[in-house]
Amino acid sequence: MQRALWMAMVLVVLGSLTPAWAADTVRIGVYLPLTGQNAFGGQLELEGVQMAHAEVGEVLGKKVEIVVVDNKSDKVEAANAVKRLIDKERVHAIIGTYGSSLAMAGGEVAEKAGIPQVGTSCTNPLVTQGKKHIFRVCFIDPFQGAGAATYAVKNLGLKKAAVLVDVANDYSVGLASFFKRSFTKLGGEVVATLNYQSGDQDFTAQLQQIISKKPDVLFIPSYFAEGAIIMKQAKELGATFKIMGGDAMDNPEIVKIGGAAVEGFMHTTFPYDPSMPEMNPVARKFTDNWKKAHPDKDPNVNAALGYDAYMIIIDAIKRAGAAEPAKISAALAETKGFVGVTGLTTINETHDAEKPVGIVLIKDGKKTYVGSIQPEL
Amino acid sequence: MTIEILLQHLLNGLTLGSLYALIAIGYTMVYGILRLINFAHSEIFMLGAYFVFWGVTLFHLPWPLALFGAVVAVALVGVLVDRVAYRPLRDAPRISALISAIGVSFFLQNVAIVLFKAIPREVYRPQWLEDPLLVGGVRVLPLTLFVPIFSVLLMLGLVYVVYHTKPGLGMRAISKDIETSALMGVPVNQVIALTFGLGSALAAASGIMWALRYPQLQPVMGVIPGFKAFIAAVFGGIGSIPGAVIGGVILGFLEILIVAFFPDLAGYRDAFAFVLLIVVLLVKPTGLLGARSEEKV
Repeated sequence: MQRALWMAMVLVVLGSLTPAWAADTVRIGVYLPLTGQNAFGGQLELEGVQMAHAEVGEVLGKKVEIVVVDNKSDKVEAANAVKRLIDKERVHAIIGTYGSSLAMAGGEVAEKAGIPQVGTSCTNPLVTQGKKHIFRVCFIDPFQGAGAATYAVKNLGLKKAAVLVDVANDYSVGLASFFKRSFTKLGGEVVATLNYQSGDQDFTAQLQQIISKKPDVLFIPSYFAEGAIIMKQAKELGATFKIMGGDAMDNPEIVKIGGAAVEGFMHTTFPYDPSMPEMNPVARKFTDNWKKAHPDKDPNVNAALGYDAYMIIIDAIKRAGAAEPAKISAALAETKGFVGVTGLTTINETHDAEKPVGIVLIKDGKKTYVGSIQPEL
Repeated sequence: MTIEILLQHLLNGLTLGSLYALIAIGYTMVYGILRLINFAHSEIFMLGAYFVFWGVTLFHLPWPLALFGAVVAVALVGVLVDRVAYRPLRDAPRISALISAIGVSFFLQNVAIVLFKAIPREVYRPQWLEDPLLVGGVRVLPLTLFVPIFSVLLMLGLVYVVYHTKPGLGMRAISKDIETSALMGVPVNQVIALTFGLGSALAAASGIMWALRYPQLQPVMGVIPGFKAFIAAVFGGIGSIPGAVIGGVILGFLEILIVAFFPDLAGYRDAFAFVLLIVVLLVKPTGLLGARSEEKV
């Protein structure tokens, strides 16, 4: 018994001494919210990553392994997840995550360790600010908020806006303030800003307040689950204004949960949707493969971003010529004109992806891709 | 603020408040009898809402039957929880049962995340519940009328059971002294199981009502309403059934009206409820209707 214990200890020590880096596999860590409040987004992104991995399982003649850790939609868990990926799993690069708050918590750890992290759908500017090793395949909220405001003012001719913000969520707070900034800059007026907190289910008091201010449009930068019941309650209270939201509303389930209440709802998103009339070949292939793998559900933009995050890392490793974290970071920073599912992607000097903003409308109970616009900042 | 808007705010407050009251009744009943704050109440609440969903979507039961089946199934879960997690701790210090309750709460929540998946689900609502009635510029949801009546009826029913039936007599005896009750021939374990069954049925009923009002199912959906109902129960005097109803309704009104009159404070709505809890505990720990319980030495 005691001998077995000793042997086990020796094995553990030996195991921890041999760095997995020396092995002939490329290890990519994935941390996403697979449970908790944001699980719906994390799950889809993971499926996107897995699809990309199934398509390209090798780089520079080495096998690619993905290591998945659940960050449970929790900031502390996100930091722990990244720590585990780096210290224990010895990954060369990290994909993650859905949710700006989570990406910031995890990114802090990755940056310190010098391991490149590619964010999927974390759109708050602070995620990559001042970081050497943190990147993302999505655009950022000032851009997106400006997109929604531009569309509301220029294309729809709306003049008065109200905003309902989740104050416990960095994404929501950021997007709301960028929307308001652009909306006023373009000549509109913000007539009401009301707050709530993540996890709230009753919005009647806030909505009543907003209704009394008679806006033309209500902007709700929330996650889709909350968004759907906000819209339901707005309808029950007799609201007639238009409702707009951000990319976090981009989920096929929104129609199921919101029912008739989400009819006419518009949101900004990344330029990919299965209902897009024209697609680039990568997006076409992704859509076809997805439908083969998941006949019961439509692909969405989260899956597409998961796919792009994986592919952009593979692309960087190829250009770097080695799977070393520092070299991958350097190559990622130089990504130009990468063709992903979500369009032509260039990583700019702040490590954010530059791509146009897509607009989706819920019409006849279906998501319809209206088109993409260039926001006026 | 026009009179219509104020009325609408008050109606919204009444709906929210009577939902809090409904959850708080179950909380307070179990506490009143066993001196145990059943933190698993929030999860039992969630299970109630999910069971109706499964009943309708998986087993294609007619809606009323699904409601009834869910309440019965959840009551059984409550009895099972008592058998597994609380009964072995009957003689242990009260804090052990409390911690066990927190454990059950986390356990059920995580089981639900794994089994039901964290993705929010839609809720089936009959059409007559969907459309608000228009009464002189004020929009009244059918549920707004139904939930308060339902809460008061349940409250009266429960008071009847506790004060006018034999098992109720046992419950009251147990609330005074478990050991002596047992010596006097009260079937302690059966009565306590019944208490949990009843408490869980109440939780299920409130979960179902909540899901009809806020039509979305999530494994964590019980957490915030559970906390709020707990505050309502403490506010009204924990252990007092009418107190729970009054506490719940007042909390609902306060939450809505604070946003109505101070829109800038809307983000502090939840914080406000917890501040109320702290103030009540500091100023009048027995709550509005709670009786001061003498510590038996």
